[in-house]
Amino acid sequence: MSTEQQKRPDGRDATSLNKPRVVTLPEDEDRDTLVDYYHQMLLVRRFEEKADEMYKMARIGGYCHLNLGEEATVVGFCAGLGSHDYLYTNYREHGYALCRGLSTNSVMAELFGKETGCSHGRGGSMHMFSLEHRLMGGYGIVGGQVPLAVGAAFAVDYRGSDEIVAVQMGDGATNGGPFYESLNLAKIYKLPVVFFVVNNGYGMGTPVEKGSAVAELYRKGCAFDVYGERVDGNDVLAVRDAVRKAVKMAREQREPAIVEAVSFRFRGHSVIDPDRYRDEEEVKRGRAIDPVALFAQRLLDSHFIDEHDLHTLEKQVEREVNEAVSFAEESPFPPVESLFDYIYASDDIVQEKK
Amino acid sequence: MAEISFRQALNDTLREELHRDGNVFLMGEEIGVFEGSYKITAGLLKEFGPKRVVDVPIAENGFVGMAVGAAMLGLRPVVEIMTFNFIALAMDEILNHAAKIYYMFGGQTPVPLVIRTPGGGGQQLSATHSQNLEAWFAHIPGLQVVAPSTPEDAKGMLKMAIRNNNPVIFIEHLGLYNTKGEVPAEDYTIPFGKAKVTKEGTDLTVISYSRMATVALDVARRMEQEHQWHVEVVDIRSLRPLDRETIVNSVKKTGRAIVFEEDWRSYGIGAEIAATVQEEAFDYLDAPIKRVANVEVPLPYAKPLELAALTGAKQLVDAINELAPRRRRIITHV
Repeated sequence: MSTEQQKRPDGRDATSLNKPRVVTLPEDEDRDTLVDYYHQMLLVRRFEEKADEMYKMARIGGYCHLNLGEEATVVGFCAGLGSHDYLYTNYREHGYALCRGLSTNSVMAELFGKETGCSHGRGGSMHMFSLEHRLMGGYGIVGGQVPLAVGAAFAVDYRGSDEIVAVQMGDGATNGGPFYESLNLAKIYKLPVVFFVVNNGYGMGTPVEKGSAVAELYRKGCAFDVYGERVDGNDVLAVRDAVRKAVKMAREQREPAIVEAVSFRFRGHSVIDPDRYRDEEEVKRGRAIDPVALFAQRLLDSHFIDEHDLHTLEKQVEREVNEAVSFAEESPFPPVESLFDYIYASDDIVQEKK
Repeated sequence: MAEISFRQALNDTLREELHRDGNVFLMGEEIGVFEGSYKITAGLLKEFGPKRVVDVPIAENGFVGMAVGAAMLGLRPVVEIMTFNFIALAMDEILNHAAKIYYMFGGQTPVPLVIRTPGGGGQQLSATHSQNLEAWFAHIPGLQVVAPSTPEDAKGMLKMAIRNNNPVIFIEHLGLYNTKGEVPAEDYTIPFGKAKVTKEGTDLTVISYSRMATVALDVARRMEQEHQWHVEVVDIRSLRPLDRETIVNSVKKTGRAIVFEEDWRSYGIGAEIAATVQEEAFDYLDAPIKRVANVEVPLPYAKPLELAALTGAKQLVDAINELAPRRRRIITHV
């Protein structure tokens, strides 16, 4: 079977959630790049904490699913993609939007339902979009985005260009038909798709082992002869490298691939979920492996950064997030007269061709 | 003008559009090597090759979603769903994705997609192969839904569907594929949301679409010849957008209306049209609006049962007799 379980150099399973560990950084990594990953992870962390706060202050409506605890997964994944590659995500996508380069302002403003939001206030938390950043949408129907990504890859292939399409989904999406139909379609047409499965252990309140006959989700491509790999979702570099490898396969060999990142959701399914179905001990253990704090420690241990730098970054991110809140607060709602805008595209819209 | 079949009109249109725009491509089950279950795509694989005429596996959810994704990047997929019934498997991609993407992302990416599919019963295909589900789609803002009844309209509206930047459900009918009609030689499109008065009359209006519009026209002509009843026939052609103005103006003129539809009566297309007429022409109505539709059962296999379930010319004639002649009858009795 064309799958493999990632092992650490000491032979231990890399995806076990049980033991916190500190690993030194590879020497050939560029300092600025690593600090930038940390910066992005911190931004996702503070942004999501602020989103939670704003939700509880009723500034944000609807559902609100946070990436807290998944920062290494989010940042590593986005770092593994090329800037021209296309990305489809599910509804837990604030972090992906930020790491794709959308401004913190436009993401926060979307949560506030403002005209300045990345979807002009029409989509909200679950439906963020930016053609400019090739974020082809957050999608609220579990698994619904997966065939779309295959179609985007079909279009790329049709035009003979070399972008790939990555599609992010949760563990729950791998139990539905669209996922399997998509694997099959991607394989038979040899389309450049990377299926990125964030396995945070629970589909809402259902443990992965209960909802999926095979709990090692990266193996689910075997029926389609699609390569799969599992990676430690708390390790930003491991995620990035696994994604890079899959992206390379997709781009160069037109082979779709699955990357499963084993991650941990710090909170409930959404902001309003009190998270009563998870064992307290389990949550405590999961939170102990804090990918943001661990990566900071790795940077410190490797002398890539010092306490002063960390403090400076912290202040910078805090300011950025606070400014985004002010921006969102001050931005106008879409005018009610615009209610019927965008139901139908006019015939003279010229599509971005590539 | 040449006289060609509905099937040929569709085939010609697909060929012309494939020639016109390199972004147009076809996908569907058995449309290539097999040339289509109903041969609408005959010869196209040979002419355009497998890049433009794509055979897909039996996975409606997957390949319709794939078409939506390809349309988001600017291709113009024309998808064939083998029969209307199978579209149920793709509903999420149509309802929650194709119809929503332009709106919910604030107008950043249109979805120029066409889904062609034939409905219709009467061929003993029984419950899962004989349905008319147009009301599902006509209900959804973000979609355009058309159901032409003649080869000329089929060609002009399919061109419009392919060239327009929105998702279009293009409804065909098994019983129409062999019907013939004149089709202009030049390139033309027919705008959506324009009904056509296919026969003028003063006594009563029959509002219909797809195959029933052709049946209505036959009935109306016969009633005129045999009984001098002047029935007006409105072929709405486009279900969303709906040309309310033409319907309402016709009913204002005749004072009586029948909606003749091949879907189930409850919550069907006729319900929307009847509601529109009473909202906008209530004072002009001389009688309640009638709906002539299929009987509300899953379509059975046995021929006598199937015949009893389907609506048709007889049901329309009965309805006209019940509705239109009251005034005349009184005159006859005096």
